[in-house]
Amino acid sequence: MNTASVSLGASVSSQSRFVQLALAAFLGIFVMGFVGFSHIDAVHNAAHDYRHSMAFPCH
Amino acid sequence: MTLFRNVVFIAAIAGLVAGVVLACMQAFATVPLILKAEVYEQAGGGHTHDHAAAPAAAPDSNAMSSAAPMVAEAAAAEEEGWAPADGFERFAFNVVANVVTGIGFALILVAASEFAGGIGNWRQGVFWGLAGFAVFTLAPNLGLPPELPAMPAADLAQRQIWWTATVVATAAGLGLLAFRKSLPLAVIAVALIVAPHIVGAPQPDSFESPIPEGLHHQFVVAVTLTNLVFWLVLGAVVGLVRGRLTGTAPGLRDSFA
Repeated sequence: MNTASVSLGASVSSQSRFVQLALAAFLGIFVMGFVGFSHIDAVHNAAHDYRHSMAFPCH
Repeated sequence: MTLFRNVVFIAAIAGLVAGVVLACMQAFATVPLILKAEVYEQAGGGHTHDHAAAPAAAPDSNAMSSAAPMVAEAAAAEEEGWAPADGFERFAFNVVANVVTGIGFALILVAASEFAGGIGNWRQGVFWGLAGFAVFTLAPNLGLPPELPAMPAADLAQRQIWWTATVVATAAGLGLLAFRKSLPLAVIAVALIVAPHIVGAPQPDSFESPIPEGLHHQFVVAVTLTNLVFWLVLGAVVGLVRGRLTGTAPGLRDSFA
């Protein structure tokens, strides 16, 4: 953050900007998918109440 | 990778705050209803789910269907796999799940909003939060209402596919409506939002359920409202943190110079 601009990391090129934002979004999707959608029993059981409370497809 | 680092930083703070808030709301609003439903599930033998619609997925679904720790106590533990013990451990894992996915949702929200110019302040954040609520809660819950343990449901994998497709289509539709100023694209946007519900969510063969209608209705209301607050908090905190980060950037540079 060494620019005075109002956007985050404004100094990066638009291509690099796209890659970094896409990377962040994929990281988020991966995290959400693992906790909310994984068919591994232990993961399901650990996040059981959460899945129901978020109305993720469960069981 | 400064941009990536900043996005992760903002998402981590917002996800932590909103996740803790959501976990606290769930402890009072949704988890007690889940525990009540598990009493019905247990009374019904723990395997009352109607999985006749999906014979191929039956072994998998059955293994997961009675995952409730209360049932695990009823000597089914060896087929359930590990599960957190009731009480504090279960609550703690719920908090962890909330914070981790809170950060996940925040990453998606921040990345998407940066493509559109970024969330400037907490009020803009509230509206981005409303969009997130519409995409991740309202739209999928129309076809697949929040369900309590022991409620009948269609094949898990098919519901997950429908859920994902609905989220993607609704997000694309809202994005088109908000950021493209052309009428044909607006029409396509509305079609995208409506389409998943015309296709229809996978439904169970029978809606017969051991869970009382009143309990389920209470649960749907609780899930919808807790999620609304979660998304508003998430968006607002993203706006606040991002505003702080960008607002003080020149100041910080001066002080380090």
